[in-house]
Amino acid sequence: MQATYNYKVVRQFAVMAVVWGIVGMALGVFIAAQLVWPDMTYGIEWLSYGRLRPLHTNAVIFAFGGSALFATSYYVVQRTCHTRILNDGLAAFTFWGWQAVIVAAAISLPLGYTQGKEYAELEWPIDILLGVVWISYAITFFGTVFKRKTPHIYVANWFFGAFILTVGLLHLVNSAVVPVSLTKSYSVYAGVQDAMIQWWYGHNAVGFFLTAGFLGMMYYFVPKQANRPVYSYRLSVVHFWGLIFTYMWAGPHHLHYTALPDWTQSVGMVFSLILLAPSWGGMVNGIMTLSGAWDKLRTDPILKFLVTSLSFYGMSTFEGPMMAIKTVNALSHYTDWTVGHVHSGALGWVAMVSIGSLYYLIPRMFGREEMWSVRLINVHFWLATTGVVLYIAAMWIAGVAEGLMWRATNPDGTLTYSFAEAVKATYPFLFIRFLGGVLYVSGMLLMAWNVYRTATARDARVYDEAPVPNASGAPALAHA
Amino acid sequence: MSDFVSDFWAWYVGVIVIASVLGCLWLMKSQDVPTDEGKELDHRWDETLVELDNPLPKWWKGLFYATAVFAAGYFALYPGIGSYAGLLGWSSVGQHTQELKQADERYGPVLAKYLAMPVEAVATNPEAREMGKHMWLTYCTQCHGPDAGGNTGFPNLRDADWIWGGTPDKIKETITLGRQAMMPAYGGQEAAVGGPQGAVEMAHYVMSLSGMKHDAALAAKAAPKFVQVCAACHGVEGKGNALLGSANLTDRYWLYAKGADSTSVQESIVETLIKGRAGKMPAQLDNLGEAKVHLLAGYVYGLRNEGQTEGRAQ
Repeated sequence: MQATYNYKVVRQFAVMAVVWGIVGMALGVFIAAQLVWPDMTYGIEWLSYGRLRPLHTNAVIFAFGGSALFATSYYVVQRTCHTRILNDGLAAFTFWGWQAVIVAAAISLPLGYTQGKEYAELEWPIDILLGVVWISYAITFFGTVFKRKTPHIYVANWFFGAFILTVGLLHLVNSAVVPVSLTKSYSVYAGVQDAMIQWWYGHNAVGFFLTAGFLGMMYYFVPKQANRPVYSYRLSVVHFWGLIFTYMWAGPHHLHYTALPDWTQSVGMVFSLILLAPSWGGMVNGIMTLSGAWDKLRTDPILKFLVTSLSFYGMSTFEGPMMAIKTVNALSHYTDWTVGHVHSGALGWVAMVSIGSLYYLIPRMFGREEMWSVRLINVHFWLATTGVVLYIAAMWIAGVAEGLMWRATNPDGTLTYSFAEAVKATYPFLFIRFLGGVLYVSGMLLMAWNVYRTATARDARVYDEAPVPNASGAPALAHA
Repeated sequence: MSDFVSDFWAWYVGVIVIASVLGCLWLMKSQDVPTDEGKELDHRWDETLVELDNPLPKWWKGLFYATAVFAAGYFALYPGIGSYAGLLGWSSVGQHTQELKQADERYGPVLAKYLAMPVEAVATNPEAREMGKHMWLTYCTQCHGPDAGGNTGFPNLRDADWIWGGTPDKIKETITLGRQAMMPAYGGQEAAVGGPQGAVEMAHYVMSLSGMKHDAALAAKAAPKFVQVCAACHGVEGKGNALLGSANLTDRYWLYAKGADSTSVQESIVETLIKGRAGKMPAQLDNLGEAKVHLLAGYVYGLRNEGQTEGRAQ
């Protein structure tokens, strides 16, 4: 019997990544509009900024990013281990379970149920479901790696594996609570320890969920799309271990100049700086993989997405260590600069590498080599790029203005500007940021249209499975 | 002062931090080996995926080593290795104390000059007013508004109505020690104002005191109860008492009304009667020190000259 890959779960997650991408980013645009027009929602509490902002972050990180990671990791682990996923039922459970977590978030957060921890707002019953789904994911992924038919584990799987293990650990530790009712709980940690645990979680959510997982994606889809060998195996070894080891230490830079002890702040800052080289290792390995194929960038919009994502990755992983330096942080902390930094990572790196990978993946789920329209991918690329640039440039200006205005003093020692004056100074830039968001979401809508036309094209077939190529390397789709 | 409950934890942290930096260097060294540049390694995945045996880029290694050197230098100079304080002896508390001291040295004489002046004089001194305005925008604007016009529940400081007294001394006392107003809640006490219906009647009576539009019949019903219950604090004529901070009910200044129209006023009086009020002005002495409080008192006292407004600004 011909061995096959499970494409069904990959397709389901890939399509939902597009759907949740639109939902999550549209929510972002909505709350960006609220900052420009504060009375927009007439004081209706479940439409308020405070409730929708966590829904936006959860939707883009866990619903969009999560679905993209599930889709690509299931695809990559099967194809690079030359074996079908461990268990179809368990994989299907991770799909439906993950969607249930997202729906529960979409209901409970606007209603105001929250643990009050950034990126970990979901209340304890949802946290338990999330934990069960995550353990099933780990079993599915590592089980598939374990029964691989290849002698070596491909580098993409190291990153996916580190991401899955660490996110499970982070979730378990940071979500430890004492429930007092079905909808209310209290953290088991208190005071500055609670803050440190939260930002150990928060920064590693960035480092593992939003970085390691997406580097896994990069290591498969960049060489595949460019059809070039990975630039350096040595580099991938050093930057993998350097990255996963050093990220663990960087959390305290979120708590500079707080009650956190001085030694902890120093350690957080220093390891954030050491993190620069391991982070750039991923960018270098990705971009150098293209050497010899640079000409493809002119014609291949998928490659444009992937390479641009790596550029934004390099830029934000340079900006991050700089912002972790205490004297820089004294200016940037609590300003829109931080928001800009996060979005250069989130929109520029995470979303672009996902979008590029999904444009590679989705046609293959429907038995095609390409999307319905390659030209639309190109339009999407330019909408997305313009959107990110507007967004982060606006936030840089607004953030630096805020930082400078907050610290400005008169010769008599009084503060030059009131808080409201600094808010007023950022106002035009909040509007530009909103415009950037609108452009980015418009691109996602084009993508949805393109996916719909690809899935319903006359020659499209829904592939629940695909044959595992034999040792001689026969093309996967040739006999399908 | 130590952040550690015992020496064990200081060592624990210190050893792990040093070992971790060294570990990063070891990792780099371990992979910095001669390679077969440009050659493909002999593994293949998913038909086309291969890796080249290229060495680590030189500049990239340099970057890694540079950050490790920075780490060593920083940990020598600043706290980080457990309880070791660093060669510079720097601490965030120390820096804060130092900056406060510098600010005191620099701005202390300016403030002292105004502290020696009476509040009335501070109120008319242009430089003092400028400083006062900036302090106002930093410390007071959140509740009282940038123009001191007040907000629902927070008094307008530009009109002639002073709940706790408007003399320079009283204003300074209010800022220094804060104020805690207390209007009792009469919601559950039938005997006091007569429940919800009684509250409506009393609202009409209270509105009659300032000549606002009201229902005379309802007001008449409440008149005896006003004398029994309310007059103790607000006085028989309803003019209030600055010593108690009880409001003057005859001046058409309504602290808790959302608008100046009779419906809003009536609603707010009924709510006040049923639920009570607990207006609070926080004490500023510990936060600002006497000199700044003195400057602010002058600024607030001087607001009277910047144009009095009827009722309160919305």
